[in-house]
Order: sequence, then C-alpha cells, then structure tokens
Amino acid sequence: MGSTNSTLIKIPNVDELIQETGFSTAHIIRLHDRFKELDKERRGYLCPQDFGAIKGLAINPIGDRIIGAFFSPGRETVDFYTFVKILAHFRPADNSRPKESSSPEPINSRTNKLKFVFQMYDIDKDGKISRIDLLKALRSMLEMQVTEEQLDSIVDRTIQEADLDGDDAISFEEFRKSLEKVNIDHKMSIRFLR
Amino acid sequence: MEGAWDIASVLFQVWLSIVVGLIMLPAMFGVSLGFTDLYIKVLVKTLEWATRRIQRGQNEQPTLPSQSANGIIEKNDGSMEEEIGELRRSHPKSLAGVDFTLCDVFYFWKKGIENIVEDQVTQRFTSEELVSWNLLTRTNNNFCYISVRVTIMWGLGVFIRYCILLPLRITLAAIGLSWLVIGTTLVGFLPNSNVKNSLSDLVHITCYRICARGLSATIRYHNKENRPQKGGICVANHTSPIDIVILANDGCYAMVGQVHGGLMGVIQRSMVRSCPHVWFERSEMKDRNTVANRLKDHIADKTKLPILIFPEGTCINNTSVMMFKKGSFEIGGTIYPVAIKYDPQFGDAFWNSAKYNMVSYILRMMTSWAIVCNVWYLPPMNQQNGEDAVQFANRVKSAIANQGGLVDLSWDGGLKRAKVKESYKEEQQKMYSSMIVGTDCHENSVGPT
Repeated sequence: MGSTNSTLIKIPNVDELIQETGFSTAHIIRLHDRFKELDKERRGYLCPQDFGAIKGLAINPIGDRIIGAFFSPGRETVDFYTFVKILAHFRPADNSRPKESSSPEPINSRTNKLKFVFQMYDIDKDGKISRIDLLKALRSMLEMQVTEEQLDSIVDRTIQEADLDGDDAISFEEFRKSLEKVNIDHKMSIRFLR
Repeated sequence: MEGAWDIASVLFQVWLSIVVGLIMLPAMFGVSLGFTDLYIKVLVKTLEWATRRIQRGQNEQPTLPSQSANGIIEKNDGSMEEEIGELRRSHPKSLAGVDFTLCDVFYFWKKGIENIVEDQVTQRFTSEELVSWNLLTRTNNNFCYISVRVTIMWGLGVFIRYCILLPLRITLAAIGLSWLVIGTTLVGFLPNSNVKNSLSDLVHITCYRICARGLSATIRYHNKENRPQKGGICVANHTSPIDIVILANDGCYAMVGQVHGGLMGVIQRSMVRSCPHVWFERSEMKDRNTVANRLKDHIADKTKLPILIFPEGTCINNTSVMMFKKGSFEIGGTIYPVAIKYDPQFGDAFWNSAKYNMVSYILRMMTSWAIVCNVWYLPPMNQQNGEDAVQFANRVKSAIANQGGLVDLSWDGGLKRAKVKESYKEEQQKMYSSMIVGTDCHENSVGPT
C-alpha cells in the first residue's frame, strides 16, 4: 500500500517533468511503468533494440524513423526524462490552461507538433524538406512496393503543390500552410483513458 | 516428549478425517456440501465492503481516474484506409493517379506512438488489472493506504489464506495426485473392456474433482448438451495449466502433450496405463506429419476419448484470444469449441511463465481466495467446403472469443518470445502503397518477389 507515492519518489526531477510536459501525476506513473516494462534489463535507459521489440512498431512502415526520434544524434540511449518529453508532443492540447504570454509555448502546441514532424522529414537538417529528404522518407515507407519513376513523380507533385516560393523545397512555413485545414490536435494526439 | 507426539498424531488424524470425510468423499461422488458456496458468498460480501471503503477513502483524496480493463489509451479502430482518408479530407485532391499527401504520415506516427505507450501483444501477457482491490497484495497496483479496518481485513485474509487454506489445499492436491497415480496403475492391470473404461473414467474424474477442491474452484458449466463426444477434438482458450483440471471436472478427455521427466512423467506414464492419451517425445513434436497422423489415428477410433487441445500454444491472460495454430484444424475431426473465462476478482489464474515457474505459480494459486470460472460448451463445428484450415481456425476462435467476452486478436501468441516477421511489415507497406498509386503498381514494379 502506498505504492503511488513510492513510485513518484523513484522518478528523478518529477516536478520539473510535470511542469514542462503537462502530463498529470497518474500519467507519469503509467509512462514510468511502461518505461520499466520496455527496459527489460533494468539499466535505467532504453536503447533502439528495446523499441524494436515492440510488435506494433516493428510492422510500422516508418517504425525506424519513429524510434530514431527518441535518440539525439550520436546518442545510443534515452533516459526516462527524454522519453516523456518526446511523448509530450503527442499530448492533446489543454484549452483549459490559462495562456500566459510570458511562458514558453507548451510542447504539445500545434506549432510544436508540426515542427516535430517537419524535423522528421527534414533528414539533412537544413531547415527545408528537399527533394532528397522526401525521396528518402517515401522510400522507407514503401520500399519495394513502388518503382523509382513512381516515387519521382510523387515527390515532384508533392513539392509542386506545397512549394510557394519556388525554391524546389518545402520550408516550415509552406509545410504549415499546406496542412492548415488538418485537425492536428486530433490526428496527432494520444488520449489517456486513465 | 511422548505426550507431545501423541497429541500431534491425534491432531493429525483428526485433520485427516475432516479432510477425507468432509471434502474428499463428497468430491468423489460429485456431491457438494455447500461449504464452497458459502465461502464464496462471504467472500463476495467482504470484497464489496472493502471496495466501498476504498472508494469512500479515495473520494477524500485527489483521485486517480477510474480504471477500465481494456487499455490505458484511447484507440481508433479504423482501418488504414479510413484513417488516412479522414486525414486527407481536409486536403485538396491532387492530380489523378498519385495520391500522396504530407499529412498521411501522421497516421503512422500516431499508430507508432500508441504502440510505444501500449502495445496489443505485451498487454496480453501481463495479468489483468482489477477495477477494485481484492485484498491480495499481489494485485495492489494503485491502491494506497485507506483505513485501519481495511488493513485488518487484509491481515485476516493473509492469515486465513496462508495458515488455514494453504495447508488444506496442499493436502488435497497431494491426495488427489497420488490417487490418480495409484488408481490408474491399478486399473491398468485389468484387461481391455467396458468395465476398464468406466473405472478409468471414474478414477480420472474423482482425482480432478479432488484437485478442484484443492483450489477452491467454483466452476459453472453452460450448455452441457454440447459436451465433446468421443472421436472429436475439444478446443479451448488457454490461460493456465489449471484449465485441464477445470475441463476434466465435467468429462473425460485424452490429453495431448510432451513427455516430461520427474513428477509429471510419473503421472503421464500411469495415466496412459488406464486409457490412451497422446504423449509425444520432444523429437516427434518437430515433425508435423507424425503429430497429425497420431492424432488422426486417435480420433478415428470412436471408442477413444475426445482429444483436448489448446491451439494458442501458450498461456494468455484471459482478456483475449490470440491466433489459433492451424495444426489441430487440419486433422479433420469434429471440433467442439469451449470458452473458459475466469473471474479475476477471486484470484488471477494466468500463468506468466516468464515471471513464475510452475511451483511458485501453484503456490500463488493455492494462496488466492478461490478460482471462479465459467465454462461454455459451444455447438460442434466442422470444416466447410472451400474453407482452409486457417479460416476454419479463425472462425472457431471468433466463436470462442464472442462467447467468453474476450477480445479476438490475430496476433500470434508465440510473439511473446519471437520477433515479428518481415512479411507483416511488407503487408502494411503494400496496403499503404495501394492507397497512393492504386493496385496497378504491381504490374509495373520491378524487384525481388
């Protein structure tokens, strides 16, 4: 008995985490349980193989890219803090929170969600989704299922549609504009039932 | 010193006669003296009281949101086409033939993150979470200290379970198993005849009844008219080794399994003396044809008991039914599906073989409150024309899942140990690519098949 409080004590920097991510205490505990479940060898951190063991993720066409999002370049491990921060991008927006102009934009705002996905597309990190970036992304989603020509034409059309300033690449603003009608909060959010 | 020994032996004799007289004999004749029913009623009342107190206690504290048994995040169950279609609705339609939009990727991201937070497969291999605490420490996940009275109840529960029920149950289990070994060996000396078969049935049933009492099992059988007949195959969902005891309390089955050493081996060898069971050597199990042929021979002989098979191949946590292996459905007999659903309030029957070995599992079973379960016999099914073994297996699986109120999953239970095959990922890619370029891409595609 008293397991809730004892779990909270074990998590370092829990108050900071709640403040930054907006997850409730109960959700942090759930995520911590899940983190421990994934961390089978109890090392206190996760590595790519731990994610690879998740069945649903293994069949996801962009599974590798999703896993990659958790690891900063050059790092092979992710601790609980970073784990929760990345997942915080997928928290539904809470409209009930009062908007203070001085506080930084929450991790799960529409802009930050879009930025997150944009960064995933922009592989060479030059601030734009170029033809090469898009080709690579589509190639990993479709692998052997389409031909080179089909891929090329898809990429051409996509860039044509979204590119407004004619530089043959999609900047963040153009990305945001092309998705302005999509309900990002609904489509890119995970809702906890309990 | 002698006085102490005398007292001890008298106590032991009294104990034994109580056990034999009040539990064993009625069990052998299938008569219930009503003790177990009374026990269950008292237990239910106590647990209800405890739940009310806990809820009252929680209302005074900041509450954890209420819990449901089927997952911690909200999931959309739409197919890939539906979900991506919805995403694209807000996007202007692009030129014909090519249908990719930047927002498609959100679908895959959402699914991926959902799986990271909670995945369908791992969830099925951990014990089901309870809605309210049942006064067992092992199920205490989120419940914190509530009141003195609940703690006293819990303490009393520990005493009753470990000091009174546990020795009783161990005694019964020991008697039951030794009776099985001795009884079947004795029956084995008789020449093959109807008398031998009825005696063998009697021995088996009484042994399983004693074992069931040894677990304080309350079993409700539904639709007994559909009980498996000789020459058929009985198929059920698998939660624990206790399933065998549960089913064999109401009928006699031929068991199928691997030859073990040790105590299990002794039991297996003696069982086979009184009536035919199908035990395989480890080497034989690898050859699917050998297995299939032996089973075919068994069911072809209409005097032999129905075979009991668990096609999932592994223990699942009783909230869902996973993929049925098609082997048992290729043999060609009549399939008698059976659904088993345990009530987790009284004791968690799921055997998590990664976490507990057999002995600690049995001890956990014997120190739970009771095992309460429902067994539904479903009408027999046969393979229909034009249906292959896999479709047949899925049909039976859905029927069982439906009846037992379990979730019907197509994941393979074996995945709890193995990696996902590449072909599953390719299937997802194929589905997505057909949405983008339509199905005529397969004519044009170049690459390894």
